[in-house]
Amino acid sequence: MAAPETVIPELEHALDVPCLRPGAMEGLQPFVAKPEHNEPLGFPGELVPDWKEKALEKMAELADKNRGFRVYLDMCVKCGACTDKCHYFIGTGDPKNMPVARQDLLRSVYRRYFTFAGKYFPWLVGARDLTEDVLYEWYSYYHQCSQCRRCSVFCPYGIDTAEITMAARDILAHVGIGQKYSNEIIGKVYKIGNNLGLPEPALANTLEGLEEDIEEETGVTVRLPLDEKGADILLVTPSADFFAEPHVDGLMGYAKVFHEAGVSWTISSYASEAANFGMFIGNYENMRQISLRIRKAAQDLGVKRIIFGECGHAWRVAYSFLNTLAGPFDFLDQNYPVPQHILDFTWGEIQKGTLKLDKSRNDHINLTYHDSCNVARASRIGDYPGSQFEIPRNVIRAVCNNYHDMDRDTTHESTLCCGGGGGLLTDDLTDLRIKGAAPRMTAMQKLTEEHGTTHLAAICAICKSQFTKVLPKYGYEMDAILSVHQLVSNAVILTGQETQEDAGEPAEAAQAP
Amino acid sequence: MLSVIYAILFWAAAVILVAGLGLRIARYARTPAPLKIPTTPAPMTRSGVVLRMAREIVFFESLFKSNKWIWLFGWTFHMGMWLVLIRHIRYFTHDIPGWLALAQPFGTYAGFAMLAGLLGLWARRFLVERIRYISGPSDHLMLALLVAISGSGLMMRFVVHTDIVAVKVFMLGLLRLRIETLPTEPILLVHLGCVAILMIVFPISKLMHAPAVFFSPTRNQVDNPREQRHLAPWAAKLEQ
Ligand code: SF4
Ligand code: SF4
Repeated sequence: MAAPETVIPELEHALDVPCLRPGAMEGLQPFVAKPEHNEPLGFPGELVPDWKEKALEKMAELADKNRGFRVYLDMCVKCGACTDKCHYFIGTGDPKNMPVARQDLLRSVYRRYFTFAGKYFPWLVGARDLTEDVLYEWYSYYHQCSQCRRCSVFCPYGIDTAEITMAARDILAHVGIGQKYSNEIIGKVYKIGNNLGLPEPALANTLEGLEEDIEEETGVTVRLPLDEKGADILLVTPSADFFAEPHVDGLMGYAKVFHEAGVSWTISSYASEAANFGMFIGNYENMRQISLRIRKAAQDLGVKRIIFGECGHAWRVAYSFLNTLAGPFDFLDQNYPVPQHILDFTWGEIQKGTLKLDKSRNDHINLTYHDSCNVARASRIGDYPGSQFEIPRNVIRAVCNNYHDMDRDTTHESTLCCGGGGGLLTDDLTDLRIKGAAPRMTAMQKLTEEHGTTHLAAICAICKSQFTKVLPKYGYEMDAILSVHQLVSNAVILTGQETQEDAGEPAEAAQAP
Repeated sequence: MLSVIYAILFWAAAVILVAGLGLRIARYARTPAPLKIPTTPAPMTRSGVVLRMAREIVFFESLFKSNKWIWLFGWTFHMGMWLVLIRHIRYFTHDIPGWLALAQPFGTYAGFAMLAGLLGLWARRFLVERIRYISGPSDHLMLALLVAISGSGLMMRFVVHTDIVAVKVFMLGLLRLRIETLPTEPILLVHLGCVAILMIVFPISKLMHAPAVFFSPTRNQVDNPREQRHLAPWAAKLEQ
């Protein structure tokens, strides 16, 4: 259903409020999972005959198990403050993509069966019966939410539509309507260890190839160790880092930083995946199973520390949930954050002065930075609130001369989603992904007009893949998206590396602050 | 006869309000938050969270960031309402302490602010396409109820005065479980009737946002998931 007729939304400004276009995105839905995708995750293969009872049972269970879900369903006053905050609404104009309207798709059913007003005066409070049509309406519109939480920043009560979306997807999965993309991927993690289904020998091969690439480029041997027992650091990174562009350039960046820092580290083939799609499908048990793999890998390899590579939702699960799901991590070195973000590590090394950096090597780039939702609004990187915004920018400024921020109302905690998060990074949703990226792209285009910005850096595997796909629709090259550690990789001069740029012109080695 | 009806109405409303609120709040308090989901950047200490919450409740901080018009009307309405409520304490206490006497003129004019805010919010429900789309009958009715309460209140204060001393005697009587005589001006009956309805629907309507906001995990959680393991009781069972 990759609609070739996608009309690129034209926005004057990134946050332009569109006129309502009811039904604009009606019926759009990602492929429904087959039994072989659902069953390994513990869900029924297909729509169960008693779906109505099962769905309502699950809804009641979630309301008892999750305070957020319960209070958010009760407390919305329909003030409308969130109505213009969702990038999918801005990009599509479909009123059901307004966060409160998205919540109402489920709230209306909750009211009908679980509240006094909805039971006896349904017309008064917009309560409605649960029908099969409603289920598929949920399936459609709860897969038009990237769980980015932008709406929760602006709601006076912090109502987080992402929580409702996760609950809705969980309910759907429990009656047999799973999403193929996410469920198939989770199945691969259980079977093989990562989202891509890359088995150990292939992974070993890939890493060897990367070592060769670095040696070819720099003349220095930099290792990318796999399953090395007794290493100090376990690196858990999204599997896209193993071969997608520009992710892989970021991975080479981490390797160079570890090399210069002189630490011993390893990747695990058993937990060769930072991503945790259990969050996308809103299922605690699956999210926990996936997280436990990381704990097991850390124990088996006997590491002292865990560091996560560049990924948004993976970092949310790592930072905010890992301790809950797979803790306590008392067997790791408590002098370091558990887990630590790769940017925290790199920024630490830059401050210590271990890295020799030549910023001019990024001079062909005129850069801006995209705050990834899950890092911005659902986690932290350093040891103070807001460090998730400053540390990436500090690192960027240390390795790159030409940098500008996009408008403040589209960055930091107000950042706009890339349009592909939350389990929507699939070809069957291309139309939505292009439209949802419009606000972010418009903010970037403005910067290009003002400062000639050419590139966009991000620290999320999904953002990177999504932008590779949508940047060309908005007049940029597909490789205008960069990993932050790719910039680090460009700038770092390894110990013993001959700077053979131009034999006559010695490259200026800028020592970091 | 009217006095008896209103007395029973108010006693019933008070019981429903208190019991309903108690049950709902107990429910919120009992339901665990399985994961750490504060909207970040979030405070890293309890006291930081208290401050964040205070800014939300006193200044409507997030709403201010979000939409200046809704903030202006919403904040004016709520703050006006608080002053009006404070002013009304005089009808429930025998002696009026100095501070309460001092609050009277503020409370009186705050009534206008309250009404203006309400009308502003209501106008948006008609004029702004997005908000018209999300407004249901109950949202309009709730505003109608509040406008009726503040409108009738202002009428009694500035246009058709009512026997306020008798009203006070009636109210003080209710507190002592005695039925005194209530004046019978229609406007007063409308005012009190609407207040009773509001008390009754409070626990089963969106008015629950007032207590529920304190339970919102995105706002009331401390940002310390790495330092302190957070585990819901039902999730702990998965580990056995
Ligand atoms: S901002 Fe919050 S309370 Fe207002 S309509 Fe949106 S979800 Fe409801
Ligand atoms: S979480 Fe993000 S995608 Fe989902 S409704 Fe809110 S703003 Fe839209």
